[in-house]
Formats: sequence, structure tokens, C-alpha cells
Amino acid sequence: MADVDLDTLQRWLRTFAASVAEQKDALTSLDAAIGDADHGANMHRGMSAVVEGLSTPPADPATLFKQAGMTLVKSVGGASGPLYGTFFLRMAPATGGAAALDPETFAKALRAGLEGVVARGKAELGDKTMVDALTPALDALDAALSSGESLASALRAASAAADEGRDATTPMVARKGRASYLGERSAGHQDPGATSTALLVAAAATAVAEQGDG
Amino acid sequence: MKKLLNDPANLVAESLRGVERAHPELRIDHENRILYRADAPVSGKVGILSGGGSGHEPAHAGFIGPGMLDAVCAGEVFTSPVPDQMAEATKKIDGGAGVLHLVWNYTGDVMNFDMAAELAAAETDTQVEAVVMNDDVAVEDSLFTAGRRGTGAAIAVEKIVGAAAEQGRSLSELADLARRVNDSSRSMGMALTSCTVPAKGSPTFDLPDDEIEIGIGIHGEPGRRRVPLASAHDIAGMLVDPILADRDFTGGEGVLVFVNGMGATPQLELYLMYNEIAALLDKAGIVPVRTLVGPYVTSLDMAGCLVSITRFDDDMLRLWDAPVATSALRWGM
Repeated sequence: MADVDLDTLQRWLRTFAASVAEQKDALTSLDAAIGDADHGANMHRGMSAVVEGLSTPPADPATLFKQAGMTLVKSVGGASGPLYGTFFLRMAPATGGAAALDPETFAKALRAGLEGVVARGKAELGDKTMVDALTPALDALDAALSSGESLASALRAASAAADEGRDATTPMVARKGRASYLGERSAGHQDPGATSTALLVAAAATAVAEQGDG
Repeated sequence: MKKLLNDPANLVAESLRGVERAHPELRIDHENRILYRADAPVSGKVGILSGGGSGHEPAHAGFIGPGMLDAVCAGEVFTSPVPDQMAEATKKIDGGAGVLHLVWNYTGDVMNFDMAAELAAAETDTQVEAVVMNDDVAVEDSLFTAGRRGTGAAIAVEKIVGAAAEQGRSLSELADLARRVNDSSRSMGMALTSCTVPAKGSPTFDLPDDEIEIGIGIHGEPGRRRVPLASAHDIAGMLVDPILADRDFTGGEGVLVFVNGMGATPQLELYLMYNEIAALLDKAGIVPVRTLVGPYVTSLDMAGCLVSITRFDDDMLRLWDAPVATSALRWGM
């Protein structure tokens, strides 16, 4: 398996931005049901700004993640800005300044991102948040990598786990964020944050698959 | 959707241009979406910063001026502003005595203000303290939620703390005072209709003509429960009872009663509500000594109201009465 190069990582962000653009209204509708009807618009604004920033190519993966994180913090607002921003900001140092990331380093960086999200948002599994998609995704990624699967195949497993985690948020009662104010009434609605996070993981799987399985 | 708009994407930016033309006593940094007092920073005075999403007008910019806030950061509609804005605003109003962040308790606002304080600490030697305002009794179980929302009490906190800052009190004294006013306040709101976020173009939730939402927040989020439409008399009970069950409001120097319009409810109905609320308070032995009736913390075009009660001590009452000169509150000067 070839290491994940800078081109692939940029393609990841572009692919995620494109999915967010395509799903903008769907994300906002999910948010209208249990939040305040802005998740699609906010993520679209943020990821468009991230893609604009790619016009000056970053030097290495750490710079790419730092730039993406700072752009999201600056342009998204709400809760998603600090959370997605922190995710990428925490990924940056975990790359160790490498020019390309071997599968283990990429997985480690994603894990550092998740830890940042948890530290910032204080959400636990089952609170009906993005953590419910990201945690099973990274667990599946680690499991697949340690059983010797290629990164592309491991990311496919991660993406499937993220989708399952996203779907599992539907019956949950929200305990974090604006949806928590609804109490029991938040059950029966898919979490918008978990939904955009599933897109993020799916985009990573797509971008790495396009680099080829090496 | 029928609204006064050019392009929903430019709503906040164009509205800020209007604020600038209408209020020469304010300065606006359009790039960072910071509104601040023309005389900022006031030397030796603690700067008071608040802010939040747009769509709550006159909150937050309507409370900038002598005797209240020094600056606010404006976010997108119902979306918290971002840390860079807050850090920049903190610099603009630091008169050497530190800056107090008054944060409305919403997940996004709290996280962004946290990051702003981290930025300010890394980039400057400005002393920053933050107080989170959370007065909404509709949120019953704070352990399993993002905690009680900041709603009407913020007006009392910002007014009283702003007056105290004008007198030259220190940052830590002001933070204590902010916590004291917040702790002395409770609020509860209701909606007759949803609201329409311009970028979405349709109402955030559907509310049939014969139903109301009790325990709403200020972002068009649905409330805690939905009940059949009732008389104003009965609705007043649904709002006041949980407030009085949560805290003792008797004694002290009496209370401030704030009946807030959510954006599309006429003043005529708000005073009718005040009549009902005052009767309930009277029965409970609670003495309203100051009132505020009108739309001050709105939720775009939502119809409904929010009741907020603050128990005064003599310091708080004196500071409430102190001069204030903002576009939304003005007395004594």
C-alpha cells in the first residue's frame, strides 16, 4: 500500500466539500427537525472556504490540516466550526511532519482528531452527535488495518461503520447540543452532525481508493 | 417566504451597513463583524463583550453604548460568531483593565468563546474572564443536556454589569456580579408560531393553528412540549409557575419582570400578558419594582413571548437604574 500523499489528502477535502454541497439541503432539513436549520449552510460555507484555500498548495499534510482547521474555525461558527476545526487542527501534529502518511500514521492522526472533538465538545458515545459516527468508523479502521487489510479496504469498512453509526443516532435521545433541549422529542430523528461526519469518512474512502490500492 | 431581502446570503452584511448608517455613535468592523463603541477602548474601564448569532435583534448590537456593552460580535443567523472575531473584539475594547466575555449558554457560543479566550491568552496580555448566562427553566435536566439556555436574563446581566463597569469596578468584581445577576434570574418562553430562517426559506417547524410550543429557546428550535392553544391567562401560568418553582423571588428589593416579545407579537398582547403575569406574582407575594415589556431578544419572525424574572438586591437595583445610552435601552442620560 502506497502512503497517502498530499494530493490524496487534498482530494479528500475536495470530495468532502462536494458531498456537503450536494447534501446541503438534506443536512439543513435534518437540523431543522431537532436543531436550528443551519448545519448544511454552515458546513457548505466552511468547506467552500477550505477548498478556496487549496488554491495555494500547502507544503505538507500537517500544513494542509492546520489550514483546513483554522479556516473551519474562522468561517463556520456555531458548534460545527470549533468541532470540525479542532478535528483537523489536532490531526496536524499527529502527522509528525511527514510528507506522505503511511496507513498507521493516517489512522493515528484521525484518532487524534476524534480525541480533540471529544475534548472540545465533551460528548460521549450515545449522546447523538458526530462522535457516534466517528468513533465506530475509527474503530473499524484500526481493526481492519491490524488484520492486514489495505488502507483503501480499511477505509471502506470505516465508511460503512460511520454510516451504521449515523443510522444508529436516529432512535437516540440527544444529550449534547441544541437537540438536547428537545429531550425525548429528539428521538426518531437522524443526527445532522453524525450525517456530515459519515460524509467525511466516505470522502476519505473515495479519495484513497482513487489513489489506487498500491 | 415573504421577507425584505436582496439575497439571503447577504442579509447580515447588508443589515450591518444599515446599522452603521443609522447609528453614527457605533463603529463597525465589517470584515470581522464587530460592532463597538466609538470611544472604545475606554481607558481604565473593563471592556464588556457579548454577541451571538444574528436574528435576535435588537440583541445584541442594540445594547452597545455607555452603561452597557462595549462591543458585540455578530454571527450568521442563529449561528455563533467565531473565535477570531471575539479575539479581535477583545483587543478593540481592552482599556487596560481587562475584558469580560458575557456568553449566552449555547453549545456553539460557549465553544467559540472558549477558543477566543485561548487565542487572546496566546496573542496578548489582556486579562479575560468569561461568565456563561443560563437562566432558562424549560431545560429541566441539565445533566443530560447542554445545560440551561441563556435567554432573557442576559439583558439584566448586561445592563447591570455594564453600569458597574462604568463605575470602575474590577474584572473579578464584575464577573462575580454577572454570576450573581444570572443566579438571581429565571426565564421561560413560548411560541405561537415557528420562525423562518431566510437561508432555509420555510418555517423551522410546523405548528398547527390550534397548538403552541412551551419552553422554546430563542433560535426557532421547538420547545419542550406542545399543548393546545390556551387563553393568555392560562399561558401566563404555564410560564410563571415553573419559574417560581425553581427559585424564591420574594424579599430582597423586589424583582425585575421582563416580558419579551419573540419578534412577531404586538406590544398590545405583551402588555396583556404582563397584566396576567403581574396578577400571578402578586398572589405569590412577589413585588415587581421594575419592568421591561417589548421585543428585546427576538427569534426572527416567531410569535410568542418569554418571561424573565430577576430578583434584585440593592446593588443590582441601583445599577439597573444607572444611566444607559444604547439604541435599545436608554435612560438617565
